[in-house]
Amino acid sequence: MSVVVLVEVEEGRASLVSREALTFARSLGAGDLHAVVVGPAPEAVVADCRDAGVAVVHEAGDPALERYAAAAWAAVVEAAGRAARADLVVAPGTGRGNEVLAHVAARRNLRMAANVVAVESLAPLVVQRQVVGGAALERATVDGRVRLLTMAGHAVEPSAADAPGAARVAPLALTIDPQDLRAQVVRVEKRESGDTSGLTAAKVVVGAGRGAGGPDGFAAVDRLAERLGGAVGVSRVVTSLGWRPHHEQVGQTGSRIAPDLYLACGISGSIQHWAGCASSRTIIAVNTDPDAPMVTKADYAVIGDMHEVLPAVLEELG
Amino acid sequence: MTDVLVCVKRVPDPTGEVVLTPDGMRVDGRYAGYTTSAHEEAAIALAVQVAESTGGSVTVLSVGAAESVEQIRAGIAVGATDGILVEADPDLLGPADVAAAVAEALRVREEAGRTYGLVLLGNDAADTGDFQVGVRLAYLLGRPVVAGVQTLEVDGDVATLRGEGPEGTEVYEVALPAVATVLEGGVSPKYPSVVGRMKAKKAEVETLGWTGSPVGAGREALTVPEPPPNEVTVIGEGTAAAPGLVAVLRELKVVHG
Repeated sequence: MSVVVLVEVEEGRASLVSREALTFARSLGAGDLHAVVVGPAPEAVVADCRDAGVAVVHEAGDPALERYAAAAWAAVVEAAGRAARADLVVAPGTGRGNEVLAHVAARRNLRMAANVVAVESLAPLVVQRQVVGGAALERATVDGRVRLLTMAGHAVEPSAADAPGAARVAPLALTIDPQDLRAQVVRVEKRESGDTSGLTAAKVVVGAGRGAGGPDGFAAVDRLAERLGGAVGVSRVVTSLGWRPHHEQVGQTGSRIAPDLYLACGISGSIQHWAGCASSRTIIAVNTDPDAPMVTKADYAVIGDMHEVLPAVLEELG
Repeated sequence: MTDVLVCVKRVPDPTGEVVLTPDGMRVDGRYAGYTTSAHEEAAIALAVQVAESTGGSVTVLSVGAAESVEQIRAGIAVGATDGILVEADPDLLGPADVAAAVAEALRVREEAGRTYGLVLLGNDAADTGDFQVGVRLAYLLGRPVVAGVQTLEVDGDVATLRGEGPEGTEVYEVALPAVATVLEGGVSPKYPSVVGRMKAKKAEVETLGWTGSPVGAGREALTVPEPPPNEVTVIGEGTAAAPGLVAVLRELKVVHG
């Protein structure tokens, strides 16, 4: 038996959610742990895989893979699965991870379970996965000769294996079929400010909701995020009203965050928002309503208007 | 001229508290009510834009119980032309089944001389969150598929689609016919006008069946996790709480300098 984990590369390292997926896959004790990287595997990524206990790192260097194409990535994952004789393939529950594994599922007519948080048994494979944006859990059986899972972000903490793996780099011999490049990114338009991946991996997130009051109500939020070296995250109502861009949205239909600190200002804390921030290590709520769910679920709270509290905090910080 | 098919799903309103049916197999929407996922509302708005700019039409399709016609008519009320209900028991269907049912409905329409250059779906359903139906459908149809699309334009036989990637906005140029799954955020959902509502009441919704054998979703049970007991520490009120809050920030070691 062996498990293949799709590892996404972010700033030259295995992404946080990929390292979580590696930790999770290792904890299953389902045989050899393999990783697959699309493109040549950077040295730091191989080191991350070694720490996580990976035996083999499969890499695909076809130049056609330089720009993202989900179907081509799926072909790479399939090739790694064949090389590893995998009976389980795990991907991070990111936009890319869910998309690529859905392609593998469609190509091979396999079952896929998205946003898994726990495995109850391996044979048969029974998982717990998030549904309704994380507000409920589904217990599901995943049958088939190869089982496909994506891991919900931040369901486990990444950790090193007791003994590092060999992390032998094995180039995959495959040629990308032009059919798999029919939907390929032709260019990337860089964002002027803000960054979704920065938000997902940020150690500090300063959040703001309806309490910001309008598009001009974020000055103190921006300043505090900058002062704490963190990112800004907002609730759905803020993006729906067009006050801030959608890539800053935290929640069921936005980003899932797991910072050391989430400072949620003027956010009531709907189920949808909570689905995106529940993995924060410490939550501080600033809200005028002491009964708001964000306040009652927080570790710390300040009862007050964010427009008064935040400037006072900035002044105190100097 | 591009005719667009938009697939929508009737889901329990996800903004309400999640209540399960007594057998623990479904979310009970009787109290919260039913709606269309936010991603699919965005898909309808994009489809209407494409139809307006190319002189095409929008058909809203739903696979599910007879009541799903409400979601189809809601789509017609905001600019879609007509609807298709593929009547099937949603509890028996997994994502592969829904994709097969949509593909079969498309074949029925094609035999009747109606083809769709673009098929739009939500990126993931608000209730089951499988992330697969659009991709599986694309493979059944032999079409290219782009996921996570927030805006799109059609010029002749080419669609330009944009979505957020890890490093910025990713742009795709894809030859039609194609499939795309939509994420909310790139377009404001439309609200029905009085005229739209009147039109929706009268619009034609064709009912089809699905003859496939479902493989299902593998669901054993649903649970709603109990929130862990929580004691919130209230630091204080108003600006007077600022020093206390900063002390907590320092204790958490998130203040540098």
